[in-house]
Amino acid sequence: MLEVTGATVRFGADAALRDVDFRLFPGEVHSLMGENGAGKSTLIKAITGALALDEGVLVLAGETVTFRDPHAAQAAGIGTVYQEIELLPNLSVAENICLGREPRRGGVISARAMNTRAHEILLDLGLDLDPASTLGTHSLAVQQLVAIARAISADVRVLVLDEPTSSLDLDEVAELFRIIRELKTRGVAILFVSHFLDQVYEICDRVTVLRDGELVGEYLTRELLRIDLVQKMLGRGASELKSRDRLADDEPDAAVVLRARGVSSARGITEADVDLGEGEVLGVAGLLGSGRTSLARALTGVNRLESGVIRIESRPVRLDSPRRAMSLGVVYSSEDRRRDGIVAELSVLDNITLALQSERGVLRQIPAARRRELAASWVEALDIRPPDLDRPAGTLSGGNQQKVLLARLLALSPRVLVLDEPTRGIDVGAKVEIQNLVGELADNGMSVVFISAELEEVLRVGDRVAVVRDGRVVRIAAAVELTADSLLALVAQPDEDEE
Amino acid sequence: MTAVYKHRLFWPIVSLLTLIAINAIARPQFITITMRDGELYGALITILRDSAPLMLVALGMTIVIATRGIDLSVGAIMAVSGAVALTIIDGSGDPDALATVLIAVLVAVLVALILGMWNGFLVTVLGIQPIVATLVLMLAGRGAALLITGGKITTVNSAPFKWMSSGYMVALPVAFFIAVAAIIVIGVIERRTALGVLTEAVGINPEASRLAGVRSRGIIWGAYMVSGALAGVAGLIYASRTSAADANNAGVFIELYAILAVVLGGTSLNGGKFSIAGTVVGVFIIQTLDSTVLFLGIPSAQSPVFFGFVVAVVVVLQSPRMRSGLANLSGRLRPRGAGVQDREKAEVA
Repeated sequence: MLEVTGATVRFGADAALRDVDFRLFPGEVHSLMGENGAGKSTLIKAITGALALDEGVLVLAGETVTFRDPHAAQAAGIGTVYQEIELLPNLSVAENICLGREPRRGGVISARAMNTRAHEILLDLGLDLDPASTLGTHSLAVQQLVAIARAISADVRVLVLDEPTSSLDLDEVAELFRIIRELKTRGVAILFVSHFLDQVYEICDRVTVLRDGELVGEYLTRELLRIDLVQKMLGRGASELKSRDRLADDEPDAAVVLRARGVSSARGITEADVDLGEGEVLGVAGLLGSGRTSLARALTGVNRLESGVIRIESRPVRLDSPRRAMSLGVVYSSEDRRRDGIVAELSVLDNITLALQSERGVLRQIPAARRRELAASWVEALDIRPPDLDRPAGTLSGGNQQKVLLARLLALSPRVLVLDEPTRGIDVGAKVEIQNLVGELADNGMSVVFISAELEEVLRVGDRVAVVRDGRVVRIAAAVELTADSLLALVAQPDEDEE
Repeated sequence: MTAVYKHRLFWPIVSLLTLIAINAIARPQFITITMRDGELYGALITILRDSAPLMLVALGMTIVIATRGIDLSVGAIMAVSGAVALTIIDGSGDPDALATVLIAVLVAVLVALILGMWNGFLVTVLGIQPIVATLVLMLAGRGAALLITGGKITTVNSAPFKWMSSGYMVALPVAFFIAVAAIIVIGVIERRTALGVLTEAVGINPEASRLAGVRSRGIIWGAYMVSGALAGVAGLIYASRTSAADANNAGVFIELYAILAVVLGGTSLNGGKFSIAGTVVGVFIIQTLDSTVLFLGIPSAQSPVFFGFVVAVVVVLQSPRMRSGLANLSGRLRPRGAGVQDREKAEVA
């Protein structure tokens, strides 16, 4: 259906993509895998017309094509759904689906025809949704499906899904996969990009692996062992997590640094009791909306407490703002990097030094040379790439943005580090680096709260695991006593009373 | 060379120089500067002098806009400040006494600062949208000024007060020095302390800044106070020029010209990155344009039309689309890689 040969894209002197071949057959789901900077997004942009190839040929259904812009690619039958949903929440579902190609009668948009058309497309996908309802009132997952409906509403031959599952929960992913399979039977060629290996193995027929802008190879998913895939992506022996001695008790043995009792906040968490020992990693498991984020925000002064007491080294404290929490050594990294984390247009340098500077106060500016030195040392320590301090932070990849955020917080030398999904939407390599870093920090005496949607990750990283469900901490247990299955049962089943 | 071309101040400065060049060609006396009694005179000097009120207001506006806000009340604050100062001078026994004028100036600026504080309170504590919050004072301020002057135009005859707008120091107008002082003070506060970067952080991403421990509220509040105080000083210069507190005419439309100066200087209305130097250039563009309108003898009723036309041209020249268009144009003149040619012979299936 689609074939790319010898694709090369240069940005100035650097080639983001060098001589890459890629094939996509009708009726298959094909995954593009690689670390950050491997050239995945560059290749996708070249296919969807967002970027022009410097060398190489794009053949669509036997014809050589060149796309001037994404619109041309769309007209040729290539539909794209991006990671960040690019729809208009204030318009109706139907308007979003038909945007730009509204059915007209006598030059005037016919709302009725549009709703009928949208309804058909949605039903086709097995979605019974009122096309006249406002998009913004639906969940992220439904919005994601509407984005797909929009992409396939034109005659689509190739569908590109870039990280479509990053904001979906398990049920919603299943729903998405059902639709992907349905499209597959219709002969649509699907390019599916995801960081979740499980999902890649569940849905994809073949994978193409890229590394540093070059093609590593194309494989049938069922013939490629997971460990081999990771190894090919990383280009080294699959990096093992550094093992560290872990505490095996239900209660922290070490001195308790932070003790929360009966903590409730207006949004999402009720009567939570949490102890955090020195040098301990407390993993937090729970579904989206279970209260895991509310817990983190309640502990770090982001959301105010309605009731409950937080003690730091047995002294009761009032954490009424992130600033106050910071001054007590408690820092928070949000799950939503782009909205609550990075200041996109400021440089990496300014982003890293932001919290330290505001802690020192407006008037005591950190001297320029000291600032650079400090930021450069963090860039090196966390291997932030590209190592360019003056680059706007928003132009870095997700994993590197996360590292910039970590650097910002670590520059404060905190005692308690609360990380809300620090590994979401970043590649395997950066993920392992961040997990290792958390381990090292804990070994050096820092206490860490580590929230993740991936249960295995919570088990690997945490000494103990707190399970959050329906706004309550329902269980805290040593990680070694749990398995992925038993943890899943705790996270998922509201009827099984574990308390 | 490309570094110069790409600099954010490139287009504003080109616009300003073009305007000056056109004026200089049309009337060579535009750029002549003469020395009389140790004081410099000429059209350019007049521009320096007359731009002071707009300069002060636009500097404050720059900081407010950097926080993602806007301050529509500056013109009204100018009227209040003039009214306060002139009422004090008028009511005193000796309008020519330096002490009287100093007290009047200090009280007026203090009142302006308090009005800025009020704006900041509405925006940060009550969370009202800046455009609405400052609209309150924009509408109410002139009424308040009229109340202060008792509904009439207070006029005074005070030499020290008059000096602010028409006096000279070291051969240059005093008003110019006031503007320069404001530029330096604001520049030092923003760029020699961390305030500038923290202001940009708050303007770009308020929530991320809050989570990073930035005192967003204080920074935003401070911006409105600075804007208010600077508008207060601007109001004094205006009142000094006419020696009258004219609540209905002081600083009318100045908020719009200030916003325009900020935008011409390359600061985005979306907040964040701001350029004080850009605003300075923007103010000079507007003031030069004003002088051009006067010179061309355009009837005052039609001058806004001419003004609007020139501004439209400048803004279009500075728009991102126009810029990339120009960049493409210059790129096309030079031979480039295969990518460009590919794109040109593009055919879409």
